[in-house]
Amino acid sequence: MISKQEKEEKNEKEKREIVVPGEIIVSGEDYLPGEWTEREGKNIIASRFGLADKSGRLVKIIPLSGIYIPRKGNVVIGKVLDITFNGWIIDTNAPYQSFLSIMECSKFVNKNDLSECYSIGDMIAVKVLSVKRKGIDLTAKGRNLGKLEGGIIIHINSNKVPRVIGKEGSMINLIKKESNCDITVGQNGIIWIRGNKIENELFAKKAILFVTEKSFIEGLTEKTKEWLEKNKKSKEEK
Amino acid sequence: MDVPNLTKKRIKDYLEAGKRFDGRKLLDHRNIEIEPCVSNNAEGSARVKMGDTEVIAGVKMGLGEPYPDHEDEGTMMTTMELLPLSSENFEYGPPRINAIETARIIDRGIRESGLIDFKKLCVKKGEKVWTVFIDLYSINDDGNLLDAGALAAITALLNAKIPKYDEKQEKVVFGELTTKKLPLTKDIPITFTFHKIGKAIILDPSREEEEASDTRLSIALSHGKKEIMVNAMQKGGEVPFSQEEIIKIIDAAEKKYKEIEKELFDKIEKNLKAKK
Amino acid sequence: MAFTKRPDGRKFDEMREMKAKVGVVPRADGSALFAFGDTIAIASVYGPKPLHPQHLQDPEKGVLRVNYDMISFSVNERKRPGPSRRGQEISKVTEWALAPALKIDNFQNTVVDVHIVILQANASTRCAGINAAALALAHAGVPMKELVSAVSIGKVDDKIVIDLIKEEEDYKEGEGSTDIPLAFLSESGKITLLQLDGKAQTKKLKEIIEAGKKACEKVYELQKKTLKEVKGE
Repeated sequence: MISKQEKEEKNEKEKREIVVPGEIIVSGEDYLPGEWTEREGKNIIASRFGLADKSGRLVKIIPLSGIYIPRKGNVVIGKVLDITFNGWIIDTNAPYQSFLSIMECSKFVNKNDLSECYSIGDMIAVKVLSVKRKGIDLTAKGRNLGKLEGGIIIHINSNKVPRVIGKEGSMINLIKKESNCDITVGQNGIIWIRGNKIENELFAKKAILFVTEKSFIEGLTEKTKEWLEKNKKSKEEK
Repeated sequence: MDVPNLTKKRIKDYLEAGKRFDGRKLLDHRNIEIEPCVSNNAEGSARVKMGDTEVIAGVKMGLGEPYPDHEDEGTMMTTMELLPLSSENFEYGPPRINAIETARIIDRGIRESGLIDFKKLCVKKGEKVWTVFIDLYSINDDGNLLDAGALAAITALLNAKIPKYDEKQEKVVFGELTTKKLPLTKDIPITFTFHKIGKAIILDPSREEEEASDTRLSIALSHGKKEIMVNAMQKGGEVPFSQEEIIKIIDAAEKKYKEIEKELFDKIEKNLKAKK
Repeated sequence: MAFTKRPDGRKFDEMREMKAKVGVVPRADGSALFAFGDTIAIASVYGPKPLHPQHLQDPEKGVLRVNYDMISFSVNERKRPGPSRRGQEISKVTEWALAPALKIDNFQNTVVDVHIVILQANASTRCAGINAAALALAHAGVPMKELVSAVSIGKVDDKIVIDLIKEEEDYKEGEGSTDIPLAFLSESGKITLLQLDGKAQTKKLKEIIEAGKKACEKVYELQKKTLKEVKGE
């Protein structure tokens, strides 16, 4: 006799299994092919390596690894690579070139010296306006967007970002509060942390890495709360 | 993505407070893994990891002519390939200056330490000697390929055996090793590359720290007959060092050598025994 | 003396022990190791990423670039570091073997770089390389229609053997040795690599290709298993 909890966990496991490209996830006319899947006759086939989510009619793949594919509306953090006559070329770790036009700068721009606004090597938080064949268009206009000053940058697997943010921001807000740091999480896996003390920044970094390492377990928010409590004490003892 | 300005600045701030991103002390190494005998077809080989940085080394031997002014001595040649496999920053083509410089620094450390007894590699004076080829390959670049490469090179030499030599045909029988080890002395060199970032001096930089580094000083040391000897030094990078900094680094290198030599050599020996 | 027994004691249709692992190059977007016995290949993938210089870009779709190389001590007699004509040819046929499996039409102006390095060679290196590369591509999250699996079939004297080793490649008696590397797409079963080097009767080829397909199915099982065992990293 299996308990209710075991039954639920079994169901969860069945709803999500790792699939490889070309594998049939489900078969049947009722299902719809979602992200990273394709319909082939009766079958829904995986187009990318990852976790297959067949919890509803829409079948999709949640990638476990690999590059970040930008979507309109995503907030990402990028590095200024080059300056042209009408904007900045930004590296967002995406497959395509990203461009921020003068018009989309967050502040007043001196047309004769764009580097006054953003120089090469600067990190900026931007939003994806559009993704086209020839590249990604960005904007720095908006709340919490623009040049990032001070702090540190860390890189995580972009597929873990949803876990790090949590439901309605619950996870990242918890970490922000406990570490006393400003944190901006880019959908591209680049995260900016700024605190008024080095220890706080390193603490926030450790917390985020804890979440990414344990991203596949259940009850992660609770476990993270515990970790934060335990480690905050030892941090203060130092 | 290369290291952004703000991270470089932050690394400098942290170092001034004596802290590194991964919690290490300024002169601490990351976890070092040494695995000897990783190749079936090499005369000697090794894999070394420092943190996530991974380098493999292979020793191959061949017969050649000696140098005219060293007629009874074997020769050696060290090459390093920075494989595009190991980093998006490495390109295909003939070795660039970073690969060439790294290989030559490692080479000098080994050559000048006297580790290899070149006189015992003479087959026929003036005509035939053994050449020791040390080939290094980067497998994953997470900073400090030089020190990892140098350690892999000496580990490979320590387990290298001489291939069979067919005297009648005057040819090397590749694929068949004798039980005779490469003639080595006890003067085993270790290379330490110190990086200056802002005002701080660190050892074994991570990839980010290496990119934020202003200048570096590599030092290869070994046991001399009575005292520790410096066999190779190389300052690399544009930013100059002060005299005090250089002296400080030399002292730190000697101290570090004494600190970790036993631990490293014990590790090599233990892992060698495990392979047999 | 006719060829009746394999030098390592395997049955004619028996493969060497295979080994596969992903994530061996943490810095890359995807990476893997694949081994047939003591033939070991590693592969790493970077991309899709913008392709520079611009004139090499394809405005219609993403581009696949493959480079295959052997390290100097992968073989008995030291291979001088540097590109070889053999390496360049293998790079190209490997690219042709992998490209049909990829779905990078929507990644215009980008490149997917695949680097294959042979650490140890005992024949079947290009096949080990293709198997490692297919794993690395999947690990890198590159959209793919299916995986690619490769194996070397041999005809030694008049016997068809699976997963050739060097000693068999060098067999000179009777009909000598013929090496046939093959690669199949895992779902559609189409052939993406086919080469032959030696002497084989036309009527034997059908049998050889069948043997190749069966062997590649075993390779695919291992590739699939390896990917399914990846934990969140």
